[in-house]
Amino acid sequence: MFATAVIVFREVLEAALIIGIIAAATRSVAGRTRWLLAGLLVGLAGSALVAASTDAIAAMADGIGQELFNALVLGVAVLMLAWHNIWMSSHGKAMAAEATKVGQAIRDGQQERSILLVVVGLAVLREGSETVLFLYGISAAEGSGASSIVLGGLMGVLAGTSIGYAVYAGLLRVPLRWFFAATGMLVLLLAAGMASQAAHFLIQADLLTSLTAPLWDTSALLPMNSIPGMLLHGLVGYDPRPSGMQLVFYIITLAAIAMGMKLASRSLSPIAQKGKVS
Amino acid sequence: MTTIFSTAAVAGDNVYSLVIKDHRFQPSELTVPAGKKIKLSVENQDPTAEEFESHDLNREKVIAGNSTATIFVGPLAPGRYRFFGEFNEKTAQGVIVAQ
Ligand SMILES: [Cu+2]
Repeated sequence: MFATAVIVFREVLEAALIIGIIAAATRSVAGRTRWLLAGLLVGLAGSALVAASTDAIAAMADGIGQELFNALVLGVAVLMLAWHNIWMSSHGKAMAAEATKVGQAIRDGQQERSILLVVVGLAVLREGSETVLFLYGISAAEGSGASSIVLGGLMGVLAGTSIGYAVYAGLLRVPLRWFFAATGMLVLLLAAGMASQAAHFLIQADLLTSLTAPLWDTSALLPMNSIPGMLLHGLVGYDPRPSGMQLVFYIITLAAIAMGMKLASRSLSPIAQKGKVS
Repeated sequence: MTTIFSTAAVAGDNVYSLVIKDHRFQPSELTVPAGKKIKLSVENQDPTAEEFESHDLNREKVIAGNSTATIFVGPLAPGRYRFFGEFNEKTAQGVIVAQ
């Protein structure tokens, strides 16, 4: 549930930041609320479409094997999380600047108001379909029930929109950098945990060797069905009896994404670099 | 590289069958050899889905009603490994004994 809340929070926050910043920048534009709402609805409808087709894919792959499908979804989720994290480490700040610029251009009459629909629609669609995919990954990794995903999702939506609204209301001095750094670290660990879970499913399907199993056994000390065990599993992929192969997947994923983030933040544009110095 | 992908199938005599009926596992205690990879064939004869779950074995798999699923476990160290049916935890209980 906590992992769901973190993911949904992060995605909603990103979309809400864009919407909040644009909404604040176009405060004086007549009829802007209608365009913003239309963009929000179009984005949500698109995300629902993505969710619906993922269901169809899941049903199709059931014949091939639950493990294979789970491993595949987890793998795609890991790739998207990795891409997202690496992209964010170079564009987190640029994104906010971009949204401000678009808002300004519309207010100055250089751009049509309909661009609001497109910008908001695309932001919601991108974050929405990412959320759908990540939630599939989480439900595959945790095997957690629909109710805990809904609960976590609601917590995430609530937290994300409140912060988006806070930004809109003028709290632009909130240190966004801190949010992105902290959630980026959580997403990094989450991706590594998902990769290790994908390995676990492939081992269960006998498609991958386990190397050593279990590598250690902390099930008496910190059982998986305890609350801290579940929290740690959801957040950092804790497994009380991991196999050697799972650890290999975990470490490789962690190292690869961390390296990508480091390289991306090093190749920042001069403008973004200036912002980083402070 | 040959050790990365375990393409080698489990030998025929290492296949063990479990049946789910009336939300119970039959047999509820299964003895298997230690130190060998085991193929569990779990047949769910109930019309409702069940989830084979074991914290001890680190396994989890949903089995639809009236269908059979395959789960690979081990090689196991000697000992007792509890498993249960997640959807009917009160009645669906079992243990695998590796020796
Ligand atoms: Cu995102």
